[in-house]
Amino acid sequence: MDLFNFKDGREGYYGEYGGTFLPEILHSTIEELKAEFRKAKEDPTFWQDFLALMQSYSGRPTPVTHLANLSKKLGGAQIYIKREDLNHTGSHKINNVMGQGLLVKRMGKTRVIAETGAGQHGYATATMAARFGFESKIYMGAVDVARQRPNVFWMENMGSEVVAVTDGQQTLKDAINECLRDWVTNMDNTHYVLGTACGPHPFPEMVSWFQSIIGREAREQMLTSAGKLPDRVFACVGGGSNAIGLFQGFMDDQDVQLIGCEAGGLGPGKGNHAARLAYKDASIGVAQGMKTYFLQNDDGNMLETHSVAAGLDYIGVNPVLVHLWEQDRVRFEAVTDAQVTEALKTAMRTEGVIPALESAHGFAQAITEAEKMAKNEVVLINMSGRGDKDIFTIADALGDDHWKKFIKQKAQEYGAE
Amino acid sequence: MALNKYLSERKQALAQSNRPALIMTHVVCGYPSFEANWKALEIMDSFGVDLVELQFPFSEPSADGPLFVKANQEAINNGVHVEDCFDFMAKASQAFSFKVVMMGYYNTVFKTGQREFMQRLKDAGAHGFILPDLPVDEAGDLHVIARELDLSPIILMTPTNSDTRLAKLAEFADGFIYTVARKGVTGSDTTMNDEVASFIQRCRQYTDLPLAVGFGVSKAEDINFIGKHADIAVIGTAALKAWENDGEDGLKAFFSQLLP
Repeated sequence: MDLFNFKDGREGYYGEYGGTFLPEILHSTIEELKAEFRKAKEDPTFWQDFLALMQSYSGRPTPVTHLANLSKKLGGAQIYIKREDLNHTGSHKINNVMGQGLLVKRMGKTRVIAETGAGQHGYATATMAARFGFESKIYMGAVDVARQRPNVFWMENMGSEVVAVTDGQQTLKDAINECLRDWVTNMDNTHYVLGTACGPHPFPEMVSWFQSIIGREAREQMLTSAGKLPDRVFACVGGGSNAIGLFQGFMDDQDVQLIGCEAGGLGPGKGNHAARLAYKDASIGVAQGMKTYFLQNDDGNMLETHSVAAGLDYIGVNPVLVHLWEQDRVRFEAVTDAQVTEALKTAMRTEGVIPALESAHGFAQAITEAEKMAKNEVVLINMSGRGDKDIFTIADALGDDHWKKFIKQKAQEYGAE
Repeated sequence: MALNKYLSERKQALAQSNRPALIMTHVVCGYPSFEANWKALEIMDSFGVDLVELQFPFSEPSADGPLFVKANQEAINNGVHVEDCFDFMAKASQAFSFKVVMMGYYNTVFKTGQREFMQRLKDAGAHGFILPDLPVDEAGDLHVIARELDLSPIILMTPTNSDTRLAKLAEFADGFIYTVARKGVTGSDTTMNDEVASFIQRCRQYTDLPLAVGFGVSKAEDINFIGKHADIAVIGTAALKAWENDGEDGLKAFFSQLLP
């Protein structure tokens, strides 16, 4: 199945979702990007260059790891994880960012901007900009700046300017709006490195393409290490880039179930979560450049969202995934904050791995299902990022007294200066 | 269409006056309040503005600059709903001599339903609508419905558009064309210079519709400049700034210097 063959439909549309809803002033910029992307996609040396870069700079291919202890403990399916956490900068975000960096070079632009929620995409973009010699500015909701300080620290130290966005809910969607405002002003020399498979065409297609590196590797690796394809594949879904990246590897394997795990936050009810498809609180709308499902009210204004994981705390979702969901190719489930904390503890204690809070949503759903599956069945989880960055949030969630004491002591040291 | 007819009448009247250009102003519905909006409209009417854009607040106003972003957000926080904007529009289009167009983001239309939204605009006395995040390529049936109801889709032309694109935009346009004098969001400063003049000239090659020039108009000289090269001066952020600084008096003083 070629999701991106638009021969029989409108370019940039997946069923009725997607499209290019942008101010007229960006029309020529997006056309230029589309043309450059199309050229790159049709040029086999581009993908080879991309692979070589990811190998030498980010340690790809990332392995899959069999979680033997956890599988045994649950007594059900064999659990494997795809180790996107082992990428440089600690998440799958670098795949998309380095790919777009190569495109920026081809377009001859010198400045990049990016939005970031959890900070992983901003961190990856700052890294790419430093490596390629681009000027960079990262927009991040003020709420997210407060909960993801360690990533802000690295972005700034890699030479990016980090802007705390104080409009709206001060989270990811507001950072995206701010990027669009920057872009309509500076498109001549600036490329907007959108971090997830959302926004106007060609971003959903382009980001999916770069992230497909995850699924291409994973399919082969599973055949080698598990001796078979996984029965079920789990990935967390905020915007949806790590999920579509992994799922593409198994799209034609009809027996492989694909499960997107959304942020259930505090549970169902408008404003309590960021689950667009698993719960029934979202409806179709047009915002942030695309037509897709949004958490919005009857006026079409966006609702507050909540998740313990900043990277999943988003109003909309990848239009490709919505299309696949409608066709029953991808199933969506919501995982609550409380389940996530438990899954994270389990992963650390039984296997010594620290999934990011985002990725822990996939773990939680997989744990629930694997327990009821047969021992000869296999599941694969995308460990899209590592949790070290979440140390403040995780320490809070776990109520870790040693950590609190350390922070107090550190604060005193700084206060005494 | 009704808007075309109205504007051509206004242009004729303008030729007899000493005002350099037609004037379109802007109000964000429900910010700071509908009462304040009404007072602002009374002042605008007393200065003889020709058109007013009533902006329906949206939670993601990505084409707007900081002042309008805040206005959109606070209007929503104040509990302004689409329903209230239609009610206000109906009242305003009856009470004043200027004509009203809707300005907003496409999701407000989409969520209400294209046909229903257009019908309600018509019922509220609007003459057209401006949706800056809806490119003509994505407009689908909206323009067809609009034509049936005698509502003009106001299209934006921008300095980054190619000649081919300008020609295409002109095919979709009606009422007047909103030419964006520069890159950026609403409310940034624009120097009215040769570059702007030659851009307007470029737009003129593709359409006979009146040309409105927006983004950053704040002084009498700006109006003079626009009068020389185009037809309609759009006053947005500067008027809201004047209101923010000194309420009714501020707005009156602003229009007095702008339209002497």
